[in-house]
Amino acid sequence: MWTRRVWLGLRASAGGRRGFPSKADPQGSRRVTAELIEHLERLALVDFGSQEAVARLEKAIAFANRLRAVDTDGVEPMESVLEDRCLYLRSDNVVEGNCAEELLQNSHHVVEEYFVAPPEKHMEITPFCLWTPPSKHH
Amino acid sequence: MATPVLRWCCPGRRWVFAGIGGVSRHGRGVPTGSTSSGKRGQSSVAQQPLITAQKPRKGEREWAAVVGLEIHAQIASNSKLFSGSQVDFAAPPNSLVSFFDASLPGTLPVLNRRCVEAAVMTGLALDCHINRRSLFDRKHYFYADLPAGYQITQQRLPIAVNGSLVYSVCVGKRRSQMVTKTAGVKQIQLEQDSGKSLHDSLRSQTLIDLNRAEGQLRVDANISVHNPGEPLGVRTEVKNLNSARFLAKAIDYEIQRQINELENGGKILNETRSFDYKLGCTVPMRDKEGKQDYRFMPEPNLPPLLLYDSESLPTGTDPQQVINIDQLREQLPELPRVTREKLVQQYGMLPEHSFALLNEVGLLEFFQNVIKETRAEPKKVTSWVLNTFLGFLKQQNLAVSESPVTPSALAELDLLDRKAISSSAAKQVFQELWRSKGKTPAQIVAEKKLELMQDAEALEQLCRSTLEAHPQVVTDVKKGNPRAINKLIGLVRRATLGRADPTVIKEVLERQLSL
Repeated sequence: MWTRRVWLGLRASAGGRRGFPSKADPQGSRRVTAELIEHLERLALVDFGSQEAVARLEKAIAFANRLRAVDTDGVEPMESVLEDRCLYLRSDNVVEGNCAEELLQNSHHVVEEYFVAPPEKHMEITPFCLWTPPSKHH
Repeated sequence: MATPVLRWCCPGRRWVFAGIGGVSRHGRGVPTGSTSSGKRGQSSVAQQPLITAQKPRKGEREWAAVVGLEIHAQIASNSKLFSGSQVDFAAPPNSLVSFFDASLPGTLPVLNRRCVEAAVMTGLALDCHINRRSLFDRKHYFYADLPAGYQITQQRLPIAVNGSLVYSVCVGKRRSQMVTKTAGVKQIQLEQDSGKSLHDSLRSQTLIDLNRAEGQLRVDANISVHNPGEPLGVRTEVKNLNSARFLAKAIDYEIQRQINELENGGKILNETRSFDYKLGCTVPMRDKEGKQDYRFMPEPNLPPLLLYDSESLPTGTDPQQVINIDQLREQLPELPRVTREKLVQQYGMLPEHSFALLNEVGLLEFFQNVIKETRAEPKKVTSWVLNTFLGFLKQQNLAVSESPVTPSALAELDLLDRKAISSSAAKQVFQELWRSKGKTPAQIVAEKKLELMQDAEALEQLCRSTLEAHPQVVTDVKKGNPRAINKLIGLVRRATLGRADPTVIKEVLERQLSL
């Protein structure tokens, strides 16, 4: 698996490492700060809930960091498993739409033909919980 | 119709210009605040004219302002960028929405070929380098009109980069001098639009319409100031600008605000501001919880977009599935810059006139039609079209297509002007042409008896009687006062009810005065 990855890298045109700036420490520190948790909760609307959840996150990061053991100097990163595929180009014809009624059925609250959302300030989106307490009854 | 930021037009197209993504070269990474752009396809272009605002005060520091524009322009296509639903204004809410547009689970984006072609053509028109390989990314943020929770855009490797636009402005006290300037284009990218939200404050709710297809052109400005030679300053982003005039006002205000702030020892915050039209100033927008982190990631459902040219075109592939940049380059209409150059070369026109002709939809065509039907000097036609004709259009707020005067009528009028009537009479005829449809210039001349006096004897008589009636002026002329003769000419003209040519009058008078 590693060999194949390196082969793909050499085949691609030379270039530096592209990619998004990483927030994580390049050394792969194990501690995730409370500030970062707050930031992530806001960005991704998840609820870490408890210290166990944070610990799990840290374990996940450590697991992923093992990838850094591979020397990728001079290797073009793979950005998509689809990189060998052709991007399909659709002709500019109108072939869908016109199903407002169907779509609106998905929403609890509609006004005429509009979806209704609470205004930004009061956006009540239930955060997705990452950790659930163990069940008492089995 | 929204006023485009830069106006020029190729007759027949409503807009050509594509928008901007990315950031000006402030190099701070991701722009602050959320940017909305076009689902069915908008392209983005960044420009950076360097403006030096020199107002030495309080320590005589020189300031330089850097302005980067993010322009979002909607692509004229039948269907959307990533789905086959229709693009249209003013359709019933949510009627042009497919399952993908509603972000229903299991739906995937499918790229519209026409949008790619539009982006490439825009890149070519703006002298950009077209990236043979470009990538799509997801930009994540939460907003009610963004059902997927992310927008598909091209942040890392957009379709076109490093272009420029040469344009001209009129400067000087009477805006009579034309100077050319160049704006750099950082990149052009394809991206999705968010939906439209209507805020109902009464019931404290927001109504969402996922049709998109809102404004055709939107601009955000990124502005910072610094002392020349020093690093760039902190920038602010000004949003909510929807006309060229307000864009200029907002930028001017913000530059001055920043200079004032810094000169008073204050600091500039990296924030998003909006322009208050009534007050004519920029104000901070609601705090968007500090700097936005869009958590860009590659769009996993779209492979890289590959473009080809005639050399690299793969053989044996479905032509529908490959895009040839060279072919698109050939399909580009004549660019305005080239048209203007041709006008100047062919007709000896002043550059500012070439701009004026291209700045009004249909005006160039009108001009060319008049030229076709007349043997008049191009300079004369230019004058007719830009001064008289355009003047009337503007006065009555009409488009060229709504003009009651046709090119043939104008050509005929010019012919009469040269041979049969005086220029003041010609203007009268033009006015009448405007008012009464269907009449030809010849008819109007006949009706109003505006033909040039054919009777030379009558003219001689009129001149003589004028001279007799104004002995003082005659003396002035004989004394050598150069303006006195004009007074006499004016008097004779009035006497002939505008039916005599001033040059002929002058000739007769001078002869009679034995000058």
